[in-house]
Amino acid sequence: MQVMNKFIIIMTHTYLSKLKTKVFYISTFLILAFLMIMVNFESIISVFTGDEEQKVAVMEESGELLEYLTEQPNNEVLMEAFTGTVEEGKSLVVEEEYEALVIIELDDKGLPEATFFAENITNSDLQTDILQQLQQLKVTLATDQLGIDQTAITEIFAPVTLHKVALDEDVKTEEEMNQARGIVYVMLILLYTFVIMYGSLIATDVATEKSSRVMEIIVSSVSPITHMFAKILGIAMLGLTQIAIFLLVGIIMLQSKTEQIGGLIESFGLHNASISIILYAVLFFLLGFFLYATLAAMLGSLVSRVEEANQIVTPIVLLIIIGFFIAIFGMNAPDSQIVTITSYIPFFAPLIMFLRVGLMEVPLWEILLSVGILVGTIILLAIIGAKVYKGGVLLYGRSSSFKDIKKAIQLTKKE
Amino acid sequence: MTLQLKNVTKQFGNNVAVNNLSLEIPENEMFGFLGGNGAGKTTTFRMILGLLQKSAGEITWNGEKIDYEKSSIIGYLPEERGLYPKLKVKEQIVYLARLRGMEKKEVIKELESWLERFKVPDYMDKKVEELSKGNQQKIQFISAIIHKPNLLILDEPFSGLDPINVEMLKEAVIDLKNAGTSIVFSSHRMEHVEELCEHLCILQKGNPVVQGSLRDIKLTFGKKNLIIHADYPLDFLAKFPGVVKHKKTRNGGILQIKNEIVSQEIFQELQGKGFVRKFELAEPSLNDIFIEKVGASYE
Repeated sequence: MQVMNKFIIIMTHTYLSKLKTKVFYISTFLILAFLMIMVNFESIISVFTGDEEQKVAVMEESGELLEYLTEQPNNEVLMEAFTGTVEEGKSLVVEEEYEALVIIELDDKGLPEATFFAENITNSDLQTDILQQLQQLKVTLATDQLGIDQTAITEIFAPVTLHKVALDEDVKTEEEMNQARGIVYVMLILLYTFVIMYGSLIATDVATEKSSRVMEIIVSSVSPITHMFAKILGIAMLGLTQIAIFLLVGIIMLQSKTEQIGGLIESFGLHNASISIILYAVLFFLLGFFLYATLAAMLGSLVSRVEEANQIVTPIVLLIIIGFFIAIFGMNAPDSQIVTITSYIPFFAPLIMFLRVGLMEVPLWEILLSVGILVGTIILLAIIGAKVYKGGVLLYGRSSSFKDIKKAIQLTKKE
Repeated sequence: MTLQLKNVTKQFGNNVAVNNLSLEIPENEMFGFLGGNGAGKTTTFRMILGLLQKSAGEITWNGEKIDYEKSSIIGYLPEERGLYPKLKVKEQIVYLARLRGMEKKEVIKELESWLERFKVPDYMDKKVEELSKGNQQKIQFISAIIHKPNLLILDEPFSGLDPINVEMLKEAVIDLKNAGTSIVFSSHRMEHVEELCEHLCILQKGNPVVQGSLRDIKLTFGKKNLIIHADYPLDFLAKFPGVVKHKKTRNGGILQIKNEIVSQEIFQELQGKGFVRKFELAEPSLNDIFIEKVGASYE
């Protein structure tokens, strides 16, 4: 009873004191801002480039080709016939009157060739645009010469429809796969960000208490193990609060601008994700969080100064980065061997097993095995972590390293 | 309400930090715990609190083992001072006191009266990092005693304080003792221990070298101090049989002598040598005892 009481006191204290910090506000704000930018990315880009029409001067002898070009209007590139000399055209480009000068000539087969003059040739968007138009011009001219009807051409160039059918009935359909890919992406990024952000937050918090020496008072009134887990849970609550804020803002945005965000959500396949995949996401997210959080708390208890906290969590960050890369690779090859193997390795399992569950039909026993290994590892880490923590919080040294794990455990022993 | 240590030993690997220590600290008692740096005082405290496991022996409070269930009756002021630098005094003390089983309302009421008593009533909403070191120490002292513990462990409570603050904290400690708290108290300052403690123990590399009541310790030490103020040099007394140590002072000298009889012989010796303004036989100070018992093995 008393233990529970203290557990709650420490948990709420950790939660509330972190909730009030500037760092929390700033990080929440930054991530929100980032999400906003992501959602409105296209309209933001168009603000910078959209309203400026790019004028291109076109020189050609016949005067007929330009008609074809302007027939396919592109609202960003404006083709204008230019009647001056080449030198005049060039100088107008340098004076920025025109974005570029294009000289079109017909070769001996009656097909177009062109020269492109611009101040520099880094604006590949414009070049692609012009190239595309010229390509179309060439096709039109060539087929005209052969006397083929334009509608026939359109049919020829229409894309082939490829119906993909999986014969194995357990395998997910194309549509399901796309949906799952979206949610797997979201989950990967969320877990990755959270482990890095909150892992170092836990380690820093433990290190702060230790370096300010308040730790000795705390562990004299509550057992280090209670303290460690209360702290982990308090910070987990902080993380969930942040997710809740994002969701809330997301819902509000969704209601005000359904169209754009609806599109985004649809493209991530979130609009009709199945309940089971969401449950798996929550399960693997929590397991992943606790695995890394326990590790971070343990490592944080080893350092004597706050500055060292970030250094000692580097291996954790590396692990999650490796996991992240395997997952990104696995997105396109979820049935490869490396994905299958790493989905049982506890440090990667939260990402990789979820990816497999999301993208493929994985037999239940395999999921259970992976979850079992994960839970077992968390318990094992908690036991070792608690021991290291108990000794670590009393251990002060000039430099901190992994050798201190041994020292810390030594300190909790009888002799 | 007694704290009892029976044959307590602590080893770190091959290094014996505390060797076979036995103590008994009754209620209403302040127990002085002395020792040079690294003598094993803090290790002993940590064992009492259960932060470190003892290698052998037994530590009990009223015959029961001390564990986290008892944390509400124990107060601890560690030697290394520490509070949350970013938290306000109020938040800080409320958090720490709640971990010792107090209710928030009660904490604030008590805290107000303690801040008043320590003449810093406006510190309630100040951040700890804004306070001077001495004032931080007052706050930390309050955090150790606000829940009215039955057993209080003070590791160097007065270090780094100015004389006025030392007096203020000393008074508070005496009040707590009179209210029934058993206090274990460590210090390098012998005069504090002499003033406050009836019983004490001097640790030397983990071994208790002197232990008992202050009076008995002084009696069994045997040696006395002889203070002489005279108009002529007293150097010749350094070689006098029975004189252990000789220290020159501005007005004469202080001699440490084997026993009282030697003082009579010196008194005879001084007859007719000149004017003697002061001739006083004094008890040995704890400082003398400490230096002799602990210092001997430094050499």
